Amino acid sequence: MPQLPASVGVGFKPQHFIDITQDPGKVGFFEVHAENYMGAGGLPHAQLTALRADYALSVHGVGLSIGGTRGLDPDHLARLRQLCERYQPESFSEHLAWSSHDTGFLNDLLPLPYTDESLNVICAHVDQVQEALGRRMLLENPSTYVIFEQSTIAEVDFLAEVARRTGCGLLLDVNNVFVSATNHGFDPCAYIDSFPLQHVGEIHLGGHVVEELPSGPLLIDAHSSEVADPVWSLFADVVSRCGAIPTLVEWDNDVPCWSVLADEAARAARILHAPEKRHAQAG
Amino acid sequence: MRRLAELQSSFDAALRGGPLPAGLTARDPAEAERRFNVYRNNVVVSLTEALAMRFPVVQRLVGEAFFRQMARVYVELDRPKTPVLTQWGDGFPAFLAGFPPLLDYPYMADVARIEYQRGVAFHAADHEPATPDLFANADPADLVLALHPSVCVLALAHAAVAIWASNQPGALPGAIVHGPETALIFRDRFFNVPVKAIAAGDAAMIAALSDGRPLLEAAQLAQAADPAHDAGRLLAEFMAAGLILNAEISTCRP
Repeated sequence: MPQLPASVGVGFKPQHFIDITQDPGKVGFFEVHAENYMGAGGLPHAQLTALRADYALSVHGVGLSIGGTRGLDPDHLARLRQLCERYQPESFSEHLAWSSHDTGFLNDLLPLPYTDESLNVICAHVDQVQEALGRRMLLENPSTYVIFEQSTIAEVDFLAEVARRTGCGLLLDVNNVFVSATNHGFDPCAYIDSFPLQHVGEIHLGGHVVEELPSGPLLIDAHSSEVADPVWSLFADVVSRCGAIPTLVEWDNDVPCWSVLADEAARAARILHAPEKRHAQAG
Repeated sequence: MRRLAELQSSFDAALRGGPLPAGLTARDPAEAERRFNVYRNNVVVSLTEALAMRFPVVQRLVGEAFFRQMARVYVELDRPKTPVLTQWGDGFPAFLAGFPPLLDYPYMADVARIEYQRGVAFHAADHEPATPDLFANADPADLVLALHPSVCVLALAHAAVAIWASNQPGALPGAIVHGPETALIFRDRFFNVPVKAIAAGDAAMIAALSDGRPLLEAAQLAQAADPAHDAGRLLAEFMAAGLILNAEISTCRP
């Protein structure tokens, strides 16, 4: 199966479509949220079909609720399969989170305690997704705002074990690492140190917002601004360890004009390809 | 799976304002509630934004602050059943009709019905439009036309089409219209989704065509509803918008 290029992509926003067609080649691939393309037809599919013809594509689910205890919704899994069959994306990814419960769909990526029980739930669901889609998926580390006393496994170990048991790849969201590290008071570099980087198939970068609380800042993964400086540094650190990996800039709210987003992607690309230059000079 | 399921049930109850689940804490446990509020806020705000995107004219009519308060109530009553949010909000018109603060604004539910249906039309399946060849050598008495699935006619108790139209970006305030209206909603060849008020003849003809009646019978039914009805004009408009599909010519049903 073809892979995403080891370059920088951005999340596709319909308001950028005309600019993208008039100013092509600024990014290496596009990523879309799967749930936005589950209608039968119309403009969304017309635009995605046109983009797909010229670019590599990543389909990123935000609603499968892989960490949910009520079982994966078979209808939703069927919709994902149909979408993947139609567009043949180079990558499919979802989140280490839950988003649906008895009361319905909650439209947020909710956190899990990391235990043997939740590990079994996640692994069974990842197996089920990979079987239904007939492809390897990537699982993304979350931004979290609270801590569970029930957790007995570190997040990186949890993700490594899911990858080991299911064969899935991982999506390393560097902003999420920084957000969670700041919120819970751990060292983001130590997290990266122990992250199973060999399984990473894609990196995400995005903006967060900051609120000051008495015990320290509360960072919220809002995707409504440019990538913060410490996240760029952390990204450079990851790239220096594992070379160029497909990298996505996410900007989902307060979406800027195309040129601002393309500039952000260009900044990521300079970092992504910097080690290659160093290697070339050294060689 | 029991413990995790119980935790998620109490987490969900906490999102609705219940106490935090046992074991949920923060770097400073005194701030757990404050940090958990990020999730409470994310759920309500993200669903409110989805609702505002689907019902922009309702938001414009009631004002953003009122809309946000109202959405908070609606979100609790009618959570999305699937992660496909374009399918959510079908219960919003009925909610508006029964929402006590809006009792003096009975047209609001009709405006919402238009906006919900526009979303349905926007996402309707794609079909190849017919070319004029369809009518060559065809007998209108036998010709059954297939309409694009985006085509929808809504019978409205209030003049919600006029209200919707005068609240579009750049619209000038129009004369205030009263009384019932019939709305025609469809998606054209360029993915626009216009809303038009139609008269009884057009409504009768579209209903008959949707019902699988042959063209001639549909035109006759339209003329019965409105003796001055011009079936050729409606047909030309539908052809121009790509609303008549490559259909098989079939004989009149017995």
